[in-house]
Amino acid sequence: MSEIAALIVDDSSVMRKIVERALRQAGLPLSKVHEASSGVEALDLLKNERVQLILSDINMPMMDGLEFLRQMRAQELATDVPVVMITTESSEEHVKEAILSGAQGYIRKPFTAEQVKERVLPLLDLA
Amino acid sequence: MATPARELLQESVHTPHLDDAVDEVFRLMMGVPCFPVEQSAAEGKETITAVIGLAGAMSGACTLRCDLQAALRMAECMVGTRPPELDAMVKDAIGEVCNMVAGAWKGKHPTLASGCMLSTPAVVTGTNYQLHMQQQEFRIDRNYHFEEHTISVSIICEAIQ
Repeated sequence: MSEIAALIVDDSSVMRKIVERALRQAGLPLSKVHEASSGVEALDLLKNERVQLILSDINMPMMDGLEFLRQMRAQELATDVPVVMITTESSEEHVKEAILSGAQGYIRKPFTAEQVKERVLPLLDLA
Repeated sequence: MATPARELLQESVHTPHLDDAVDEVFRLMMGVPCFPVEQSAAEGKETITAVIGLAGAMSGACTLRCDLQAALRMAECMVGTRPPELDAMVKDAIGEVCNMVAGAWKGKHPTLASGCMLSTPAVVTGTNYQLHMQQQEFRIDRNYHFEEHTISVSIICEAIQ
């Protein structure tokens, strides 16, 4: 199984730790986990680092997760990388907006490691 | 005449939703059950309060108040190691718990799920302070117990659009 590098974008360091733990519990073969505390920091990181999976919060100060996604696509960064939004916002409208902005998956907080596995694994080519 | 949203925004509807939301967050993110009790979080001692602002279909706030030991235990359950003191990580954890409770609570009401937005968390520490709002449509104050700790969660509705 090929190893993957992931990027977790969340203004909460606690949530970044929890998401990383959930990815490891899901059995993902992680070679490296990058962290960014804002959309701006994540965009900078993606200019220099190659990742195979991005998980991003939506509700963040300065640049929210949806704007990060739009900027990422506009700057043609990580164009082939699946993005999963992790957020407390759970309405159909929010899911639709995330998908229209370019997200491939959506996980509602609070979540279990099993839910993370179900949403993330189908998006990865781990052959 | 009352609007459908206003008719639904009654404390009797939202209290069970809040109880369910709190228990859901504690079970899924901390692995412990959390249930309603009469006794409130310790008064007079230093408390930590996380505040999430609500805006849109309903404006107001969701607050979570607890003492230091409860805050340290919540952070420990979330990250796996016990913090030595009330540091930035503990405040971050309490803010996230409040954020998830507010999100899970509003998600149980269709009007609020799509029409109400949440702010990022603010955390206040101190003694004998109160959150004051200019006006109040309704307010829900609930106390909850997890392990040997008590927390207080409030939903304060300032206005309904």
